[in-house]
Amino acid sequence: MQKITVSIILFVCLFTQNVKSQDLMDMLGDEKPAKDYITATFKTTHLILGQSIENVAKGNLNFIISHHFGRINEGSYNFWGLDQSTIRLGVEYGITDKLEIGLGRSSFQKTFDGYVKYKIFRQDNLKMPVSVSYFGSMAINTLKWDDPTRENYFSSRLSFVNQILIARKFNNALSLQLTPSFVHKNLVKRNIDQNNIFAIGAGGRYKLTQRLSVNAEYYYLLPGQTADDFDNSLSLGFDIETGGHVFQLFFTNSQPLFERGFITETQGKWNKGDVFFGFNIIRTFTIVKPKEFRKS
Amino acid sequence: MKMKNLIKITAILFMISGSVFGQIYKTKNGKISFFSDGQSEKIEAINNQASAALDATKGDLVFKVLMKSFEFEKALMQEHFNENYVESAKFPDATFKGKVINISEINFAKNGKYKAFVEGDMKIHGVTKKVKQNGSIEVKDGKIIIIAKFPIILKDYNIKIPKAVINNIAENVDITVNTTLEK
Repeated sequence: MQKITVSIILFVCLFTQNVKSQDLMDMLGDEKPAKDYITATFKTTHLILGQSIENVAKGNLNFIISHHFGRINEGSYNFWGLDQSTIRLGVEYGITDKLEIGLGRSSFQKTFDGYVKYKIFRQDNLKMPVSVSYFGSMAINTLKWDDPTRENYFSSRLSFVNQILIARKFNNALSLQLTPSFVHKNLVKRNIDQNNIFAIGAGGRYKLTQRLSVNAEYYYLLPGQTADDFDNSLSLGFDIETGGHVFQLFFTNSQPLFERGFITETQGKWNKGDVFFGFNIIRTFTIVKPKEFRKS
Repeated sequence: MKMKNLIKITAILFMISGSVFGQIYKTKNGKISFFSDGQSEKIEAINNQASAALDATKGDLVFKVLMKSFEFEKALMQEHFNENYVESAKFPDATFKGKVINISEINFAKNGKYKAFVEGDMKIHGVTKKVKQNGSIEVKDGKIIIIAKFPIILKDYNIKIPKAVINNIAENVDITVNTTLEK
């Protein structure tokens, strides 16, 4: 009887010692949120010339300087294109984490452009395989009229670009994007020129290191007068990320730096050396701090 | 007769063990923050969703923190922290599994601030290291507040700082724990 008593007491004691460290950890449960949105599909809001599905974060401002030099095949006299340049200065602001607005001005045709980019779907670890965004922009050509004696309308200066951006981050290194685009120009030069042009963009990036990626972007013009007169835009380059900046260095056959320009007015053939060296410098500023960090 | 006694004793023992077993304090909203005092930039991040549990009898102490829940002043810093430095897609949590060595010195029934000596395994970025730290455990009206401040060396956990930002990120980062647990 004694033996049984002792063994029962021992058993009870052992039982109470069972709350080990691991069991305690298990008690904390699975801390992973049910849905985890994929972040950092691309290093910045631009793929190369065109938009990526990344937005500026809420309360943050991007300042963008874009610069294209001249054609490399211009020879030594023009220092292989470095003597010439077209530039665009722009800003982008995140109103919310999903909604971004932007403004810019290009030296190409002295064009002002303004746009809106909205995240419709975000890729996550459960059901959503891709991120989908809408991009809509309006560009205003502010060159002086060719013929001031003719009746010229302000609306003739306007063109519009609408894009649906569809992208997927496959893994830490590879992200790809498809960008069906619709361009509308209020006024075109000749009767046979198209006011409405469809194109499909395709591109992606591959990370070589945590901070360096190689990017490619191609816009294919669907058959029509524009596709006959102009070339498809093809750009290849690198993204270099440092703390608050992203530097994008690239070669492209497009001289214009805004959407309507490089999608529908690219004139340059890679195999003939009509290649422009260019760069984007994107610097991010925090304008509105997150609640936790605001000084009360 | 003897059988009855045995049952009584067993029942009493189970009851005692039951009440001892129930001395677990936990939380899902613990606050953990870290501070990097770099030469040209100060970086601070706060996580208000740390999970923690303490066994008041045995002294076992565990923490589990989701890396993506650290909030930074600059959104870009938060993105780089997750994407480039701690690689939260590969290593979503940081954990601490250890023991308060002097648990017997802490009277959980009486309000007061007690010094705590903690030892255990710290796992960050997939690397586990043995740590020994001092902190304090304050007993206040049935709740306990764990406060600790200690540095960690980023290199120890394989967190690499590229040369380009060597002045912006310190090699040692100060971690501050201020977590309230209750039963």
